[in-house]
Amino acid sequence: MAETFLRRRAPELFGVATLVASVLVFEALVRGGVVNRYIIPPPSDILLAFERVIVEEHILTRCRDTAIEMIIAGGASVLVGVPIGALLYRSSLWRRAMEDWIGALAAAPIVLAFPLFLVLFGRSPKTIIVMGFVHGLAPIILKTVEGLASTRPVLINVGRSLKMTPSQMFWKILFPSALPVIFTGIRLSWTFVLITIVGVEYLINLGGLGQLINELAERYDLPGTYAGICFVVMVSVLFFVALERVEAWLQPGR
Amino acid sequence: MAAAGKISVASRDVLALRLLVALVIFGAWEAMSRSGLFYGEVVPSLLKIGASLIKLLLDPIFYRNLQVTALETMLALAIGAGAGITTGIVLGANRFLMRAFEPYVYYLSPTPRIILFPVMIMWFGVGPASKIALGALSAFFAIALSTAAGMRQIDPILIRVGRSFRANIWQMAMKIYLPAMRVPILNGLRLGMGTAIITVLLGETKLSNQGLGYLIMQIYTRFDMPGLYALLITIFVIAGAVNALIGHFARD
Repeated sequence: MAETFLRRRAPELFGVATLVASVLVFEALVRGGVVNRYIIPPPSDILLAFERVIVEEHILTRCRDTAIEMIIAGGASVLVGVPIGALLYRSSLWRRAMEDWIGALAAAPIVLAFPLFLVLFGRSPKTIIVMGFVHGLAPIILKTVEGLASTRPVLINVGRSLKMTPSQMFWKILFPSALPVIFTGIRLSWTFVLITIVGVEYLINLGGLGQLINELAERYDLPGTYAGICFVVMVSVLFFVALERVEAWLQPGR
Repeated sequence: MAAAGKISVASRDVLALRLLVALVIFGAWEAMSRSGLFYGEVVPSLLKIGASLIKLLLDPIFYRNLQVTALETMLALAIGAGAGITTGIVLGANRFLMRAFEPYVYYLSPTPRIILFPVMIMWFGVGPASKIALGALSAFFAIALSTAAGMRQIDPILIRVGRSFRANIWQMAMKIYLPAMRVPILNGLRLGMGTAIITVLLGETKLSNQGLGYLIMQIYTRFDMPGLYALLITIFVIAGAVNALIGHFARD
């Protein structure tokens, strides 16, 4: 049984083994003086720094700060983006006129405008939240339109044959059918929101996890900086995996 | 004929609506600017932004900084594309390696790359090299994933033809894989270019003495709001144009 598992999972185990081997090689290279420890600290020091970063740098409070910004910005993106998408779906003229513009908004380097937002909203969490919200809006609008437009005609015909009102049609037929695609938009949007929030926190040295990395780097606490970066990367990956799981749960057929 | 007329009427309506929306936005902006509700120049008049735009586009300092950012972005994209396409081909061609390593590339791709900037500064210094490295790293993920997905979509018949001609790895890559993956690679380059531009510029805003990101911070420090709007509009237009240009090649 164990042999079957090993054979079935050989590629994944090889990936993990390569990762562990790379860490050990780095440890040896740094300890052997081949790699300067003031540029790359030994991985064991980074591992030990985790406890210090978690306890002394109040990482839970910082996670909470980032999470609050994330919930407000991400929630606002959904609350504003889904109704705009639904309104655009109702008018093909508005949809055709605005879809390209919203697509351009999604691709625009909005995060670069952080000095502008700093002037408009001050050096406060408001700036971070508004930037996250603006960055997260476009994918939700586009995916809401796409989801509603891809409702199967047979479902719409069933609604019509039951003489549903437009409101009933939306809440009983269109919205439930579009929900999986809308959630794909939410996943994309919240990924953008997280990247923007942590990025702006780092750039303006304010808030939660992004600020932590900036502070550790400015103190030249090398193992702490590396540990902080690893922590933020782990949080991002876990967040992304969780969103993917929910998306898969909503789309069991895919 | 009638259908063509209908389409052109619909296109005219779309254009008219866009113009109307643009006019409403510009009108609302101008009204806000003149209302006196906002402090100082936070919402400057469109005329002032236009004048700053012309001044910016006639200023040699803008072009000097644009040159620096363009060079950094191009080098970042070249390095990121080289590493990304190679990694993508390897992961796409070999199922074992794909299962071993692609999850790492996939799950690391949506992380906020700018937080790696302190590490890049330690490794490559405060000069352009750290921005190039960060840009290359950002571009790498999008290009590698797009190339790997493209590899898996290649018609197996093409691969069998290559093998039946006993093509070596280099010949397979140059004659079969790369031509068959033109569209996914160009799409990857488009995404990679977008992220490379953003990260290079963000790196410049954080720590630099040249480049458009540095210019943004200079203008921000002077509180020259019309200038800041003008520069951001110019950067957005350049980024959009580059994106559209690569997208055009990907479609053709």
